[in-house]
Amino acid sequence: MGGLTYTMLDTTNLSTAEMYGNVLCELGKEHPEIVGLSADLAKSTKIGLFAEKFPNRFFNTGIAEQNMFGIASGMAKCGLVPFVSTFAIFTSMRALDQVHTDICYQNLNVKMIATHAGLSFGQAGTTHHCTEDIAIMRSMANLKVIVPADGMETANAVVQAYETEGPVYIRINRGFDQKVYENTDYDFRIGKAHQLTDGNDLTIIACGSCVYQAIEATKILSSVDGIKARVLNMHTIKPIDREAVLKAVYETRRIITVEDHNVMGGLGSAVAEVIIESGKGCAFRKLGIPDTFSIIGLHEDLMAYYEIDTNGIVENVRKLIGLEFEEDEDWEDEV
Amino acid sequence: MPLTDIEIKNLEKKTHELRSLCVDTVVWAGSGHIGGSLSAMDILTILYYKYLNIDPSKPLWEDRDRFILSKGHIGVGFAPVLADKGYIDKEQLKEYNHTGSELGMHLDSNKVPGVDASTGSLGHGLPIAVGMALAARINNKDYKTYCLLGDGECDEGSVWEAAMSIAHYKITNLVTIVDRNRCMIDGPTENVMSLEPFAKKWEAFGFIVKEVDGHNFTELSEAIEYALAEDKAPVVIIANTIKGCGIDFMEDNYKWHYGGLNSEKIAQSKESLEKYYKKRVKGA
Repeated sequence: MGGLTYTMLDTTNLSTAEMYGNVLCELGKEHPEIVGLSADLAKSTKIGLFAEKFPNRFFNTGIAEQNMFGIASGMAKCGLVPFVSTFAIFTSMRALDQVHTDICYQNLNVKMIATHAGLSFGQAGTTHHCTEDIAIMRSMANLKVIVPADGMETANAVVQAYETEGPVYIRINRGFDQKVYENTDYDFRIGKAHQLTDGNDLTIIACGSCVYQAIEATKILSSVDGIKARVLNMHTIKPIDREAVLKAVYETRRIITVEDHNVMGGLGSAVAEVIIESGKGCAFRKLGIPDTFSIIGLHEDLMAYYEIDTNGIVENVRKLIGLEFEEDEDWEDEV
Repeated sequence: MPLTDIEIKNLEKKTHELRSLCVDTVVWAGSGHIGGSLSAMDILTILYYKYLNIDPSKPLWEDRDRFILSKGHIGVGFAPVLADKGYIDKEQLKEYNHTGSELGMHLDSNKVPGVDASTGSLGHGLPIAVGMALAARINNKDYKTYCLLGDGECDEGSVWEAAMSIAHYKITNLVTIVDRNRCMIDGPTENVMSLEPFAKKWEAFGFIVKEVDGHNFTELSEAIEYALAEDKAPVVIIANTIKGCGIDFMEDNYKWHYGGLNSEKIAQSKESLEKYYKKRVKGA
């Protein structure tokens, strides 16, 4: 696959899902083994762009997600590379038995691009919010879990998912994401966190729509509080970039995670697992949706409500900076 | 082509051997899903010894016919078939279910050559078979896909999701067979969750239904030939069978969905299978 040529200009015109649809069409031109599947959400998930270009390689199962993922499994077993798109909640819950047994267990080359994740379909109501999928999907062995920060990163993630053998889950939002990257030309690698700002006072580890908020928060923290925060875009939740987390523990000793997901089992938990295993002291806080079913509202309003927006991050960083914890300077003896 | 007398004779002999090997496997394993294995044994036999275009020396040969055992719990019936065909060593059956064995209760495509999909969680097989059949279309391949379902698993909505898509996509390179033994774990199918009118349900989903005696090779063969030749509509073969077929004390008894055999029961089983074989051969 040649380099992608998307720029900021494209993302002002294209939603995150439209970026995905366009990139899939590019891949589809070069790779005839790519097939597309959706369950009556071809338009909403933008895999419909692929369907228009390659009608003979696209299958709409109707509102039947279990069948869809089973079909994808059978196709992958015969050498095809299915890209399957429905809402995140239907991928990670409605069809989880098939995703688990038919795809992940058999380690098949199925790419699941799940849309409308987190609170991004906020006004659709709590039944359509998806704040558990990262926790669920990262517990599926063999599966890679990616949460791109914006459309550019989605473009990169889709291409690398194709180039990576085995099942991949990419979680994207409904609509437009705030732009983090100006173009696709940066060092995106599955499993490697991308550092966006420098700073040794603390590290903000974020994924998805929270990455932009984290960057905005660092601007306020720097100018108002004089706090220099490092932002890590942890686009790959699994395999998590242990090295980047340990480096952050070692160099900043304070970590805050931010995600549009339940605080149980998601990015924060994945980071916490790495920190705990390091045996090193670290002030730590997880921001996300508490253990609750979320309220209805606009995505940006909900992010503010659950303190995963810029202001929420700033307030929580201020609290964290003042937190006492037992610090052991002798890093080498324990790691 | 109708089966010749010699073919029928050979199939009868083979299914008898496999029934006996299934009993042995249950004994080696300690226990197993013997009832559903014996109800499906004639279907497995005719597929593996008459119809499937396969090469056990090349289990992943890309032009092979696919077989999806959607009722994946009958590993103790399926493994003897794979062993007899040469996919695995017959000696391996002696380790069935043992710690560290490649052969577990539900056969696993990651571990057992010749198994086209890891099944056992019910209602999964038919969608996978749909994917394989569509892949043949996309890849311009002539192979056929066969899927064997249990009747109890037809309670699962995913079976009907798949059925709907088979009709919608006019998938005629797939042969769907239901082992209609009328028993599930908790009791007779019609007591636990009614399936009747079962044939009409499939018809309503766009299938041509061939209902046959699932222990009669001639009827099974005619139905499979019909399904292979039909290119306008999908075909489902409802094979009426007897749970525990061939072992008198198990026959039609849902309590033998799963079980183990003590020495007395082993002897009784073998004796019963011999009688059953003689009766069938005489009848044929």
